[in-house]
Amino acid sequence: MHPLKKNRPLRRIMLASAATVSGVVMLLALKPHTAPQVAVASPAPSSSSSSGAVSGKGGTTVTGDSVQTRWGPVQVRVTVQNGKITDVTAVTYPQDNPRDQQINAYAIPQLRSEALKAQSADIDTVSGATYTSDGYRQSLQSALDSAGL
Amino acid sequence: MGTVFSFDVRGGEPQAVRVALDEAVASLHRVNEVFSTYCEGSQVSRMARGELTVGECDPEVAEVLELGAEAERASDGWFSLRYEGRLDPTGIVKGWATERAARLISGVPGVSGVSVNGGGDVQLLGVPGPERPWRVGVSDPLRPGGLAAVVSAAGADELAVATSGTAERGAHIVDPRTGRSAVTDLVAVTVVAPRLTWADCWATAAFAMGSREALAWLESLPDVEALLITAGDEVRCTGGLARRLG
Repeated sequence: MHPLKKNRPLRRIMLASAATVSGVVMLLALKPHTAPQVAVASPAPSSSSSSGAVSGKGGTTVTGDSVQTRWGPVQVRVTVQNGKITDVTAVTYPQDNPRDQQINAYAIPQLRSEALKAQSADIDTVSGATYTSDGYRQSLQSALDSAGL
Repeated sequence: MGTVFSFDVRGGEPQAVRVALDEAVASLHRVNEVFSTYCEGSQVSRMARGELTVGECDPEVAEVLELGAEAERASDGWFSLRYEGRLDPTGIVKGWATERAARLISGVPGVSGVSVNGGGDVQLLGVPGPERPWRVGVSDPLRPGGLAAVVSAAGADELAVATSGTAERGAHIVDPRTGRSAVTDLVAVTVVAPRLTWADCWATAAFAMGSREALAWLESLPDVEALLITAGDEVRCTGGLARRLG
């Protein structure tokens, strides 16, 4: 038996790579009331790349699926030590234009701290006032989805 | 501007789960096509213009309108199927569609638990694992990234958590009586109930009511608990919420 197998966070990540925990991100235009505008429902089929786990002295590192978003592919790597997430890094993220770079400058550190926070609260998902697809990128829910927490 | 759905499925044969997920996603896109009030060609838009009757629409349209009418009655008109006098079932469609997607996936043999999050409203079915219930963080509207509470589904086979508020998108809840943005002392209402279809409607209605009326009304509903957060950072709960907090 793998020494870490009893630890829940790792088990869940392993499940994620076995595709039984399936994160699907899609965009819909079921928009509540604000100024009317033409809504563009852009289906974002999630394309998966293979994920793998590498064990080493610094813990086990799992690279999540690459998810195709409206802004480009996003892929996150998580390091687990003694069943606890110790690091979250964005491996691939949109950085084609200054706006992306500006968003990433705060969204990625926030993603990391929120993934770590969500772990300490031991939660599966987050309820909050309806977020937009833009808001999602910086949300705690996206951190959970990315980390397969 | 759209929203994002996240699915978390535990157990089941991966291939069968993938097929059900694809079906659930397709059903959400179909719901958007039929019900969108932003698409002039949707069945609901055409119905609102008098070009189609309910009978000529997909059967889901009649189903949703009936549920919406029930929500209007139960909320004494605080929940509404109309916006600026025009038919607009947007307020009930997302919760209903999210719940339906969750049920579709939970039907796959071997699936022990399903969590579907539709833009911040969650339907939970079953359990994520043998020793653990689903746990839902309620985001704190006044401290971005923080949690106001954690709701546990322990002991419940079905549980929904829906939040209405101003935190993410500014004022967007309309008082059906005035047609204007709801004048309310609330920044967020989170409703916990077995079905998301209702939890979502009750959260919207309660938000428009304001804390005083909302709390009394939510207390009167069976199997419904709620957490209300005011602009003054006061937290009010229904009597039975405490046993759901974990």
